[in-house]
Amino acid sequence: MSTISTSSASNTTSKSDERVREISKIKSLLNRPDFGAMSGVILVFIFFGMIAGDSGMFAADGVMNWTTVSAQLGVLAIGACLLMIAGEFDLSMGSMIGFSGMVIAIPALYWGWPIWGSVIFAFALAMAIGWLIGYVVVKTGLPSFIVSLAFLFILRGLTIALSILFTNKTIVSGVDRVAENDWLAPIFGGEFGASLFIWFGEIGLIDTYSDGSPIVTGIPMVVIWCLILAAVSSWVLFRTSFGNWIFASGGDDKAAKNVGVPTDKVKIILFMFTAFCATLYASCQVLEFGSAAADRGVLKEFEAIIAVVIGGALLTGGYGSIVGALFGALIFGVVQMGIFFTGISSDWFRVFLGVMLLAAVLFNNYIRKRISLA
Amino acid sequence: MSEFIIELKNISRYFGSVIALKDINIQVKLGEVHCLLGDNGAGKSTLIKTLAGVHKPSEGEFLYEGKPTVLSSPKDALDMGIATVYQDLALVSLMSVTRNFFMGRELTKSWGPFKYFDTKTANDIAVAGLAEMGIKVRNPEQAIGTMSGGEKQCLAIARAIHFGAKVLILDEPTAALGVKQSANVLKVVAKAKARGLAVILITHNVHHAYPVADRFTMLNRGKSLGTFLKKDVSREEILEMMAGGQELEALESELAEFQRADEAKKSGGNHRLDAGQVAETSVQSAVNE
Repeated sequence: MSTISTSSASNTTSKSDERVREISKIKSLLNRPDFGAMSGVILVFIFFGMIAGDSGMFAADGVMNWTTVSAQLGVLAIGACLLMIAGEFDLSMGSMIGFSGMVIAIPALYWGWPIWGSVIFAFALAMAIGWLIGYVVVKTGLPSFIVSLAFLFILRGLTIALSILFTNKTIVSGVDRVAENDWLAPIFGGEFGASLFIWFGEIGLIDTYSDGSPIVTGIPMVVIWCLILAAVSSWVLFRTSFGNWIFASGGDDKAAKNVGVPTDKVKIILFMFTAFCATLYASCQVLEFGSAAADRGVLKEFEAIIAVVIGGALLTGGYGSIVGALFGALIFGVVQMGIFFTGISSDWFRVFLGVMLLAAVLFNNYIRKRISLA
Repeated sequence: MSEFIIELKNISRYFGSVIALKDINIQVKLGEVHCLLGDNGAGKSTLIKTLAGVHKPSEGEFLYEGKPTVLSSPKDALDMGIATVYQDLALVSLMSVTRNFFMGRELTKSWGPFKYFDTKTANDIAVAGLAEMGIKVRNPEQAIGTMSGGEKQCLAIARAIHFGAKVLILDEPTAALGVKQSANVLKVVAKAKARGLAVILITHNVHHAYPVADRFTMLNRGKSLGTFLKKDVSREEILEMMAGGQELEALESELAEFQRADEAKKSGGNHRLDAGQVAETSVQSAVNE
């Protein structure tokens, strides 16, 4: 066999490659998907620390306030994040919140179901609908944007029509009454660490009312759920085969299929997961406040997507992180509550949100070019 | 057991009224590079898709290790050790080297009831697998979008070899590559051959095929023009057969290019120099314009 005539040229590549340069720590930090959101969080805290530092925003009840708002959105953002990394959207999440809330409240109040029964029923029904959305998307090959947009209207319409049909109302309250002695209800609507906060009140770590009870009675369960969900999802995404399949499905569907990744299955499971997250949000809300309304969750699907994009995930899929999505949700919650605390008209919140989204997308675009087209 | 790992006997494939392949006979041996040459539309793609289990032959016999076999899916072929590296390479550019290397076949470790993707070991294996093919990877967690086309091709080949391919089908591996990168890919092909794999190399570039191939099968308009051992046939003869006696002018200019290349080789120059010269002349012509 004749030797290949360029062996001299290729020798250089098998030794240390002169074309690879050392990348500084700062630059490799810049390549992390969550870098933008991380710096955003710091900026937002500095900003509100300066202008709202003495307004009670950073007192115990203020902190609990924006933590809860962030965690609620965080639950949705985690689901939306995994799905977006897999290359799909679920615009039906917001409608699913209203729908699941009603599915919990109506059977419990009007049909005499126990709360645990209606909660489990709501999760099962929501995930079945999530399966259906996923199935339609992967079987037809239609953009998930369109399919889930259809379900945004279908679910919202169903929620209003069915609650009128069964109860003649669109707001159903009194769930807290029937949930009082239920074993499952505190897992969603309860508070965590109540005795700890009483003790905090006693030793003067947090303020108390005149009767000695602390102004913050515990951590709402939605915060706990958000943290558990984030830890599990992040582990699955980065440390399991399924996580690799999520990245592969979103990065290049065809390539992933060619090497045997079951991309259809991955996507359907993630559509079920977003439905699960929406129902989790609804359960916490309904059981904490004791009421369900047909218009709950309007625009939440977009808020979740905004949080995920601010968190560094690419709209086109294949790239992103759970931690980033959580930071995105935190920015969201802090700004929303911060504007309230500072007394700025809350109309400005949306302006800020839009600007933030645009900045995040521009930044992400730049990052993607850096990592994929070097 | 047969001397050949894959043998095609009078394979034909029709798509409706179109005859894509007619009476193809091919024998592929372990430790050999078998080159399929043919112009566009000669039936190369149909033939490799038949070998890879995508298409079933309409007529004829497919023998694997001497036994008649029917491949019903690409997965069947893969399980038997026939791996195909298509032109799109089946790589995800946003994912890291390791994640691509193990995509769909992740290396897992158990932790209680949970299984996790053992990224540390996977990194080491991917680096070692690529090093064996002569590719040095500095950081296996870097996204492969940063790699050159040749490196990606080598990665796809190394992946197929690592996961136990006996027969490696390469679809135009050098099609979009420069001279130096092509040489690197061909070196990997030679290494695969040295490890005892059978390599089926599809190309229409004789210059790339000739140095590494042991056998040539020429396809033209769905038919085989025959299989030749390298010792029986010269580069020029192959080119002539591919061109089918047409467009002699184009052929002549190509032959002239050959002579120049051979002379340059004799005088100690290499392809890198060639590329430099080409760049120089193109710059000059641009200036002149």
